[in-house]
Amino acid sequence: MATTERPAPSIGQRKQRKEDPELITGASRYVDDISIPGMLWVYVVRSPFAHARINGIDLSEALAAPGVVAAYTGETLEMGPLVMAWPINDECKAPAHLPLTKDKARYVGDPVAVVVADSRVHAKDAAELVQVEWEPLPAVTDIKEALADGAPIVHEEYGTNDAGSWIMSRDSPAPIRNPSGPYFEDPDMVTIKEEYYLSRLIPNAMEPRGVVVDVNSSMGEYTVYSATQIPHILRTTLTITCGVPEAKLRVVAPDVGGGFGSKLEAYPEDAICLTIAKVLGRPVKWIEERSEGYVATLHGREMYQQIELASTKDGILKAVRVKLWASMGAHMRIITPGIPMLGAWLYAGCYDVEGYDFEYTNVFTNNTFTDAYRGAGRPEATYAIERAMDALARELGMDPVELRRKNFISDDKFPNYTIASGLTIDSANYAGTLEKCIGMLGYEKFRAEQKSRRESGSTKVLGVGFSTWLEMCGIAPSRVLAALKYIAGGWDAATVEFLPTGTVRVLTGVSPHGQGEVTTFSQIVADQLGVDFDDVEVLHGDTQIVPLGLDTYGSRGLSVGGVALWKAGEKIIEKARKIAAHELECAEEDLEFAGGDFTVKGTDRSANIKALGFSAWSAHNLPDGMEPGLTATHLYDPPNFSWPNGAHACVVEVDTETGSIDLLRYIAVDDCGVRINPMVVEGQVHGGVAQGIAEALFEEATYDSEGNLQHGTMTTYMLPGPPELPSFELDHTVTPSPTNPMGVKGVGEAGTIAAPPAVINAVVDALSHLGVTNVGRPATPERVWNAIQEARR
Amino acid sequence: MIPASFDYEVAESVDHALELLRTKEDPKLIAGGHSLLPLMKLRLARPGTLVDIGRLGDLRGVRDAGDHLAIGGLTRHHDLNTDALARQHCPLIAYAAGLVGDPQVRHRGTIGGSLAHGDPASDLPTICLVLDAVIVARGPGGERTIDASGFFNGFFDTALAEDEIITEVRVPKTGSAGWSYLKFRQRALDWATVGVAAVVGSSHGSIQGAKVAFTNMGQTPLRAAAVEAALDGAPRDAVAQAAQKADEGTDPPSDTWATGDFRRHLARVLTGRAVEEALSR
Repeated sequence: MATTERPAPSIGQRKQRKEDPELITGASRYVDDISIPGMLWVYVVRSPFAHARINGIDLSEALAAPGVVAAYTGETLEMGPLVMAWPINDECKAPAHLPLTKDKARYVGDPVAVVVADSRVHAKDAAELVQVEWEPLPAVTDIKEALADGAPIVHEEYGTNDAGSWIMSRDSPAPIRNPSGPYFEDPDMVTIKEEYYLSRLIPNAMEPRGVVVDVNSSMGEYTVYSATQIPHILRTTLTITCGVPEAKLRVVAPDVGGGFGSKLEAYPEDAICLTIAKVLGRPVKWIEERSEGYVATLHGREMYQQIELASTKDGILKAVRVKLWASMGAHMRIITPGIPMLGAWLYAGCYDVEGYDFEYTNVFTNNTFTDAYRGAGRPEATYAIERAMDALARELGMDPVELRRKNFISDDKFPNYTIASGLTIDSANYAGTLEKCIGMLGYEKFRAEQKSRRESGSTKVLGVGFSTWLEMCGIAPSRVLAALKYIAGGWDAATVEFLPTGTVRVLTGVSPHGQGEVTTFSQIVADQLGVDFDDVEVLHGDTQIVPLGLDTYGSRGLSVGGVALWKAGEKIIEKARKIAAHELECAEEDLEFAGGDFTVKGTDRSANIKALGFSAWSAHNLPDGMEPGLTATHLYDPPNFSWPNGAHACVVEVDTETGSIDLLRYIAVDDCGVRINPMVVEGQVHGGVAQGIAEALFEEATYDSEGNLQHGTMTTYMLPGPPELPSFELDHTVTPSPTNPMGVKGVGEAGTIAAPPAVINAVVDALSHLGVTNVGRPATPERVWNAIQEARR
Repeated sequence: MIPASFDYEVAESVDHALELLRTKEDPKLIAGGHSLLPLMKLRLARPGTLVDIGRLGDLRGVRDAGDHLAIGGLTRHHDLNTDALARQHCPLIAYAAGLVGDPQVRHRGTIGGSLAHGDPASDLPTICLVLDAVIVARGPGGERTIDASGFFNGFFDTALAEDEIITEVRVPKTGSAGWSYLKFRQRALDWATVGVAAVVGSSHGSIQGAKVAFTNMGQTPLRAAAVEAALDGAPRDAVAQAAQKADEGTDPPSDTWATGDFRRHLARVLTGRAVEEALSR
């Protein structure tokens, strides 16, 4: 009889985060906290023009300024172009993006020179003395204007700003079920066509970017400390751009204060700092200023969308047809051309359609480059289909909830249902999730209140909006990525090792920067291997300590990195079982493993895994031929995406006289599969929903006719805070993913993907009795009021 | 983030501050710093010497001066918001002080600094204007008083000379008059897209001595002369009609928050609401 008391299961517990004491006491170590003796400061001189030829740069005054050690232009600091890793097809235009532009500036903020000095102030003061002979050119910042005849051309070598299209029926490796065309030609179909513009967004991680480079000249070794989500990818891309041997380049992501995709990038400043350190043989540091970051750090989202739905008269959705025009900004950064594709398969949402077509066109403009921003492609898709479903409901005179219920992919199709766009969804319970949301909302009571408010003639009207959404995350199966022309793989790695003092060291290839994997991975190991949660140490974010990995983005930390960890744990158990059998002198099959103990079945003889870890380390008495050490590494390549989903509802009150919106309720029922730590999951949903609401109601980055960013500081860029947000009401369903042994799916982007259409649908619903069918986003008071005036006309 | 270099002096008294203003090169007073420092960090302001008057405790606090309250120039917004005398005798200014910026701003920013900055989007200049406050300034030639109506010359431009310090702001007690300040903004911490302040008395069912002023409807805070004229002596049901005149004589800006036309619309709506609210108090 096994008598050992098993530890309480850790998975599913609301464990307090191991990361938090340092974060909330200010003990964290960010890039800006790092200082190296002899370190120099770098300041980047940026273009004040959106589009201007450089006819000369005079550094002499800057070089003569106090404390200045060096100054460079693109001509004098030798570097290769930055790596672009996703040339989506043969027509994708990917102009070389030099860290310091030589010929012309293509956006306000384009780096043109750098000054290196003994202090930050000296570097900045001297940077003001750099004289650039500019020849301003006409600029274009609007997607449609950039495609018009006679538009200023961002990259002259192409003669056009059209950076290439991706057409699903031509370019996707997964066959579409049916072309959409016949459904739209069928006279029995009800068809609608909706057009939306998604404004340009600025990510706003709490910590701005920063880079410190340390040099060991005698060894030819470099250490790059960067506020990055992707130390491993950055190591590879910097090797290519800067010509430093990859094995001698160490990239460290110390504590990183948020990313949301903005730190999923190979930035000019990373390459500039490494190259200067190489040239001068001295450590250097660059820290981004906030308003500098507004032009220098990637932007997200901006696109025009056209979505068409074809449905039967009784509301059975049959086909979806989508066209997008997406702003690249001035350059293709690491995965810019592929961002819209990350939503390509999702424009039918969780509705079972037959016909599907999708295509997008990438467009160069004189703006800061766009790239992955939390959700990347999937918020865009969710916005289009969820707004369009409400439009279809209005067209059909149906209740939007009823229309959704009617069209969900039904439970009996799962597991592994191949949707019309050609990908295969692992598992879901769309209807159950919506019913839970509807129950929390009290839908019928709400509709009654809405009606009575309208009938009272009140200027404060009520609306509700829904978003029944899905995403594909856990990016991604490497073979799929290959077929999509992404040049790297989608695996990740984990190493588990029992240390002689009885603790377990975990090395993970994902690079958390707020997601809490130090905690959640400890929970996984605690349960799987039967050790104490506190005895697990999770290390990450340093390519010298964790050489293998592909970092954190696309909600992949748990669904790829966590599964790699689980698989490494299985190898540990397998090896420990062999040692246990050897020590207990029994057959492996006679052992059962639970709570950290290998017990000989039917006896009280057992060996604990920690003791076996010590045996493996001392190697005094191992089975013949066995390698010492209880350690295992696993590289996990996911066989499919994971498919989280949920049902969100938003209730708003709109002041019809001022257009101002009061968020009364926000309900989120999410299904991210098995939840390792519900508190961490809820934290992700809270942050994501806040960001999604911000996108719907507050945030936009616009440019004036000369290409100057108008929302260039935190004063004008409208980040909402706690006073602007309601208390979120959360619940969940659990539909385990059959793709991986833990049944997990991922939750990092869920709220951001779900929230925007729920909010805008609510605003439109509130005003629908006045004839309003669309409100531009962000739905500012003026836009709302204008929509009311237009509807009244 | 990184201002141009500057010298820094701490004033030990008002006289010392005046001397520093006279003797230092390109000096600039700093009190709470919440308007000046952001400009310096963007290098839009590059003073040669900051003269810090933040430690002049004599200039802090609210005093009962008979028919008015004497508010020290260095009184912080939070202190004004929570001051018992202010809440009792001039609840409008106490309330409005609680709407300025966010808690950090309110714990640093001062009424004198807010007035001297002369930002037409700020709340307290409008409140002082609608209350017919008197601003007390000291300079090399001694003390003088300036009526709020003559204080705001233009965009970030006031009657305060470069070598003067606001020592006190005198606001009349509002007595039984009703009051309101409606600050329209998307986020709690924003400047007013439009703000409307109203102080309204009534007698025997008609409106007496209505005063209305706007935030962010022009180059300076503005009194709504047409509305005031239309309301004076009018019956209470004349408010809606009078509010339609709200944007007369205004010149609202167009910016990322709103167009001028929308501000005009908001001014009309909010004027009606503010006057009604004042009448209900």
